[in-house]
Amino acid sequence: MKDLKSPPGKPGKPGGLNAEIQSRIGHQLRAMYDDVVRQGVPDRFAELIRKLDVPEPTPQVGGAGDPEDGRE
Amino acid sequence: MPLTDSLRDDILASVPSLRAFAISLSGNGDRADDLVQETLLRALANIDSFQPGSNLPAWLFTILRNLFRSDYRKRRREVEDADGNYAKTLKTQPAQNAHLEFEEFRAALEKLPQDQREALILVGASGFSYEDAAAICGCAVGTIKSRVNRARSKLSALLYVDGAEDFGPDETVRAVIGGSGG
Repeated sequence: MKDLKSPPGKPGKPGGLNAEIQSRIGHQLRAMYDDVVRQGVPDRFAELIRKLDVPEPTPQVGGAGDPEDGRE
Repeated sequence: MPLTDSLRDDILASVPSLRAFAISLSGNGDRADDLVQETLLRALANIDSFQPGSNLPAWLFTILRNLFRSDYRKRRREVEDADGNYAKTLKTQPAQNAHLEFEEFRAALEKLPQDQREALILVGASGFSYEDAAAICGCAVGTIKSRVNRARSKLSALLYVDGAEDFGPDETVRAVIGGSGG
């Protein structure tokens, strides 16, 4: 938390480039991913979930799938 | 548990990242949305088996990943042309520098073995812990770690050839985790 100086013990390690490459890869990966995330929820999926929430009055055979409320 | 309003909201809230995961896996927007739709239908049909309080995104990602796997196996023979399909989507983008770099990255990602790609995405982009990622992929935590390592080395070899040799596994892991903040 305090000393943000270079980490002790590995001064000569050629880690600079690696760290940079790694952070670039991480950045690109998240950029690509977040690009899609930012598109939000397409209507088709919002609708799908909404629709399934309220069972449609499709004719059911037998009483097993009774969508009436009041059961646990 | 029953499909309560709040559970429905939670599922909805997971849709954007499910899509991002699906696109990263399949490299194809249309197919990805079909995968997401199928995932949602499965999830809603099996909502009773979801344990309240457990990790909903992880549960949904598991369903999607398994669907993708079985779908992939089925299609493997017929769709050798998937690459071309994806390339077509890319061509519609303006060829700016940033975009070129972006496309290069996506192309490199597509070259990774599936195991490594999904591990890298789950940990490095979706923000799952190694433990969650292991549960989603049905493998050991150590396996996920080594897949992420290999994915990152391979990506850097593909994208930045020079630096690839010096990759230490520990640093690789740290970079993935460290990148997500704290």
